[in-house]
Amino acid sequence: MNRIFLFLPLILFVMVAVYFGAGLRNDPSRIPSVLIDRPLPEFSLPAIDGHDNALSTDVVTGKVAMINIFASWCIPCAIEHPVLVKIREEEVIILAGINWKEKPGDGAAWLQRMGDPYDYIGDDADGRVAIDFGVTGAPETFIVDHKGAIRYKQIGPITEQIWLEDLKPIVKQLQSEAR
Amino acid sequence: MVAELGNFALILALLAALYQAVFPLMGGIKGDASLMATARSGAVAQVLLIVFSFICLTQLHAVSDFSVLNVAENSHTAKPFVYKLTGVWGNHEGSMLLWVLILAAFGGAVAFTRITPLSAITLSVQGMVAAAFLAFILFTSNPFARLLPAPADGRDLNPLLQDPGLIIHPPFLYLGYVGFSVTFAYAVAGLIRGNIDVDWARAVRPFALAAWVFLTIGIALGSWWAYYELGWGGFWAWDPVENASFMPWLAGTAFLHSVRVVEKRGALKVWTVLLAILAFSLSLVGTFLVRSGILTSVHAFAVDPERGVFILAILGAAIGGSLTLFALRASKLQSEAGFQPVSREGALVVNNVLLVTATATVFIGTFYPLFVDVVSGERLSVGAPYFNAVFGPLSILLLFAMAPGAMLAWKKGRLDTAMRQALPAAGAAALIFVIALWLTWPKHVGAAFAAGLAIWAAGGALLDMAGRIKLFGGPFKNSMSRLHGLPRPYIGMTLAHLALGIVVIGVLGAGVWRTETVRLMAIDDVIAVGGFEAQLVRVEERDGPNYVAETAIFDIIKNGKRLRELSAERRFYPVRGMQTTEAGIWTTMRGDFYLTLGERTSTAGWAVRAFYNPFVLWLWIGAGLLALGGVIAALPEPTRRGVPEQERAKERAKEALTGEAV
Repeated sequence: MNRIFLFLPLILFVMVAVYFGAGLRNDPSRIPSVLIDRPLPEFSLPAIDGHDNALSTDVVTGKVAMINIFASWCIPCAIEHPVLVKIREEEVIILAGINWKEKPGDGAAWLQRMGDPYDYIGDDADGRVAIDFGVTGAPETFIVDHKGAIRYKQIGPITEQIWLEDLKPIVKQLQSEAR
Repeated sequence: MVAELGNFALILALLAALYQAVFPLMGGIKGDASLMATARSGAVAQVLLIVFSFICLTQLHAVSDFSVLNVAENSHTAKPFVYKLTGVWGNHEGSMLLWVLILAAFGGAVAFTRITPLSAITLSVQGMVAAAFLAFILFTSNPFARLLPAPADGRDLNPLLQDPGLIIHPPFLYLGYVGFSVTFAYAVAGLIRGNIDVDWARAVRPFALAAWVFLTIGIALGSWWAYYELGWGGFWAWDPVENASFMPWLAGTAFLHSVRVVEKRGALKVWTVLLAILAFSLSLVGTFLVRSGILTSVHAFAVDPERGVFILAILGAAIGGSLTLFALRASKLQSEAGFQPVSREGALVVNNVLLVTATATVFIGTFYPLFVDVVSGERLSVGAPYFNAVFGPLSILLLFAMAPGAMLAWKKGRLDTAMRQALPAAGAAALIFVIALWLTWPKHVGAAFAAGLAIWAAGGALLDMAGRIKLFGGPFKNSMSRLHGLPRPYIGMTLAHLALGIVVIGVLGAGVWRTETVRLMAIDDVIAVGGFEAQLVRVEERDGPNYVAETAIFDIIKNGKRLRELSAERRFYPVRGMQTTEAGIWTTMRGDFYLTLGERTSTAGWAVRAFYNPFVLWLWIGAGLLALGGVIAALPEPTRRGVPEQERAKERAKEALTGEAV
């Protein structure tokens, strides 16, 4: 009886190792969202403190846009943010932000500190709209085409490499579709 | 040329590690002294070759040789010289080289203890681990790979990593992680020989303590860095990589407690061996986490699935292999003595159960997103609320058990005597609880309770020591000589328990009792927090070596009286297009006044965030004392009474020189 218990750590480890192995094979940039190629959910969010441009379905309709879910409490967002600022400076694209589950004022303070790349920002303090988007964590980014359909979902921070290799080609293609 | 030499030395080091893996093992099993002696030559050769290789990489970084890929990707001609040197390990390849350097150094340290069958097999296991990681470096992450044609300038080091805290933080963490490889190797050697005894415990304990001390310092430095560099006023975010360093620390702490039972009483052997394997396994998992990119993290500077597969293979071999050995051989380890449930041993079992449960909860929280992802394809993140909710109650149980646990006698103790002895500590704890409750009412009742328990745990340890040295029952001088006569591990334990109490106060201050406020400030505006006010005096722009900065100078005011100046800074690094904040922090024993400067908005001024974080200094002091406790616990026992310490030190030095080692 006692000897069987001695195998327990090994068995546990094998189970964990199987998960690790499966986790490695996962392509982190794959698209699990059921919303792909569906129209953008209908929503309307107020702007965050100190900003004028609120975010709703209407303001991005008819344009190729990236909608980025972010929060000041989210550490990967801080890593992603400089890349967004750079994209905004260098590219012609509408960049919208959904400030997710944030206390009043926190998002604005964070943007003042980190730079503000967004054309429109919606304040999703209770996370209702994020649920409609099927958001599971921050940061996530959706690319919307000119017909108002979600075409791509990026989970986790956009790094310079992800932008250049994955997102930028999609944005360029959607923009040429729009023309 | 230098790159090729470094590369060649690494290949030779791999051969030395393979040599060290094979022959000492044969010698240790057969009991052949000449084969066993190969352990020392193999370990020394390995250490010299890797040191040489590391010097080569340092030279390449120092002269900014951009024909080497690793230098081009992580350095820049304008980078300050000291960061050129620390840039050696501020990237994946270089940090792996540092990893094996430290592994080899620990191997060298083991090689200079007496060569016995136990230490020979231990060194062989170390050789296997070293060979695996050297192969990993050579095949998947070679720091000496060339980049031709060489670019005109490099891409610069991530500015978050250009910081004094980062110069020393990773080496300490690695010293901790890798130090547990020695504990692991001893455990595997013990299983191979089917024998865990007092000698085993005496041999392994100093190494386990060294690893634990380094890891303690490494974690403290990391959280100190996060505190002042990331500019969010916190010190711990339960980020996967932070957890990766915390899990081996918890398991290592459990090991330090249970190995003492093996040493003193010859019991808990199976459990102790398992903890030794667990501590190093979690260190490896920590490495795996950072390198493979399976979890998103601030610290993930190398995301590459191919490396992940290689490291998973190493993990499978090391952890799977050792646990298989454990399953087959652990039943050979017989306890030499039993004990009553209420005894020092019993208390240490409680400690172990709680610490291992804590490790498991951190592990589950860290990997839960991965498990869910694999099963259902959903992506989610587990945040601080989970960790605080499960870790808080466990810490409270742990703190509660610490005071009586430290007071019980070996073999059979009496709970009622221990409790009576701890009564003053209970009084002090209740007092602190009431004071904390009164100051923060009606919020933070749990935190006030935890503060009381911190005093209880620290006070219990101090009271027990005071009782043993009869502090209140005779002349002070006699007490001091009794203190000198106490076992070093006991003094270390008392200091560490006291330190933990101090750390808990710091955690509560910085994590629970802190206050913060944000506002837009123009010149002469005032921001108030924690009873202090800060007035913005002026904002200057200045140029750093590889950044431009905006510095805001504040006057700190209390009750209308100007106390001092404090400046906060925001830096922009053009090469990477990144910003960092340098918080302005005024530290006192009572707390930190912490200011961060945000961006300037068109008219209203600058966004300024101010925190008052009580008792943060206690965190760093507590962590330092914790490490000091570990150092004292590793000191040799005072064997002969009356011989002054200096003379004994001289004798030891003589012994070390002549090689007649302990």
